[in-house]
Amino acid sequence: MDTNAETLDPSLCARIASEPGGENIWRCFGCGTCTASCPVREITARYNPRRIIHMARLGLHQVLSADFVWLCSTCYTCQERCPQDVRITDLMHAIKNVAVAEGFMPPSFRQQIALLAAHGRLYDITMLENERRNEQGLPEITESPADIARILGAAGLESPGASEAKGEA
Amino acid sequence: MRYALFLGCTAPVRALNYEKAARGVASRLGIELHDINDFGCCGFPVKSVNREAALLMAARNLALAEEQGIDVCALCSSCTGTLAEANRTLCADPALLERINVLLRKTSGLEYQGHVRIRHFVRLLYEEIGPGRLRRSVRVDLSGLRLAAHYGCHYLKPGEAHDHFDDPENPTSLDQLIEATGAQSIPYEGRELCCGGGILAADEHTALELPRLKLARVAESGADALVIVCPFCDIMYELQQRRIEKLFDTRFNLPVLFYPQLLGVALGLSADEVGLPLNRVKSRTLMGLPSGGEA
Repeated sequence: MDTNAETLDPSLCARIASEPGGENIWRCFGCGTCTASCPVREITARYNPRRIIHMARLGLHQVLSADFVWLCSTCYTCQERCPQDVRITDLMHAIKNVAVAEGFMPPSFRQQIALLAAHGRLYDITMLENERRNEQGLPEITESPADIARILGAAGLESPGASEAKGEA
Repeated sequence: MRYALFLGCTAPVRALNYEKAARGVASRLGIELHDINDFGCCGFPVKSVNREAALLMAARNLALAEEQGIDVCALCSSCTGTLAEANRTLCADPALLERINVLLRKTSGLEYQGHVRIRHFVRLLYEEIGPGRLRRSVRVDLSGLRLAAHYGCHYLKPGEAHDHFDDPENPTSLDQLIEATGAQSIPYEGRELCCGGGILAADEHTALELPRLKLARVAESGADALVIVCPFCDIMYELQQRRIEKLFDTRFNLPVLFYPQLLGVALGLSADEVGLPLNRVKSRTLMGLPSGGEA
């Protein structure tokens, strides 16, 4: 980990704290209940919520640029147990929102946004899907993606891959 | 009792058995499910990248239900959590709701007033029908079945999004619903484990370690099947089960049932009516049961 003081980003924590969900980051007193409760931490040392919070407060920019914050499975166990009400799952969402705003978005999320823009949903409804649904006596579904693409655009999520995703299926 | 059925992205494509069983059970119990074709994604996938987009997508769905004047029930726990949380956030902050509505009018010609309530379909069974009435409606003897309840994360947490209808640390509602069918809900280690679905796209190997752990513990407990309430948990525990077995050189062959499938069988629906032939890991015990009509 790069802890050179010259590379620290002094406004990082304030940027995270001003994002909805990130407000309580200063309340953390480092007890580690989050890390001890985390099912992902049990599998891999790469994801460690207490460490991420500490790094963010120090201003370590890797919090935004590295991929570990994306390993939060959003199970909310830490959020339910945190004695300081840091609202850790919401905080991780806030950190990821800041990371995206500063240009760091994992490719899998780009793909998902392209799918949403093209189909209004994560899985497109092809004729085959509706045939399978018919066989089971389930009603057909028609996609209505146009305004969802507009929503993504209005929120600033441009989706250059939308047309490609349409061809995938 | 009339509700808009929110299918979400995953269930209507990957879990037709769940949808079929839910519709069948609802019809048996006098719950009218209304389809709104224009429902889209709940917003969950974009929560991580852009909170405003997630709120807009949730508000769009809420507004569509509000137009029809009905409350929503969802099959997917993540849809339930995302819609319920967005609803709470928007209703608590009139300025934010107005800001979202300004955009929503432009993008979708819709506006949300804050009058819709969202609950998970299984929570609805628990609260509106209740284990007692369900028990009295059972027509098929399932007393030999030993089942492991999996609540999953977004069914209960964050607690306030779900009005704390059950204790997130030590839940009992699904156990009660399972026992209402006559089957036994057995204790096992790792009940609280996350399915890992949330990180499948980010890191597949790490993600699959989570269901591997869960499946191993449930298998150790001697359960006949794992009972779930979310199509994403199903992807991890059932659709990925063969792959997990291969990847980690192990064997589980553990059937995974959606709660409405179990309930449907107990109420006398046929194996086909609850979509059992679509389950990847076959439950011989359940498939072999006579339907209520024949019993």
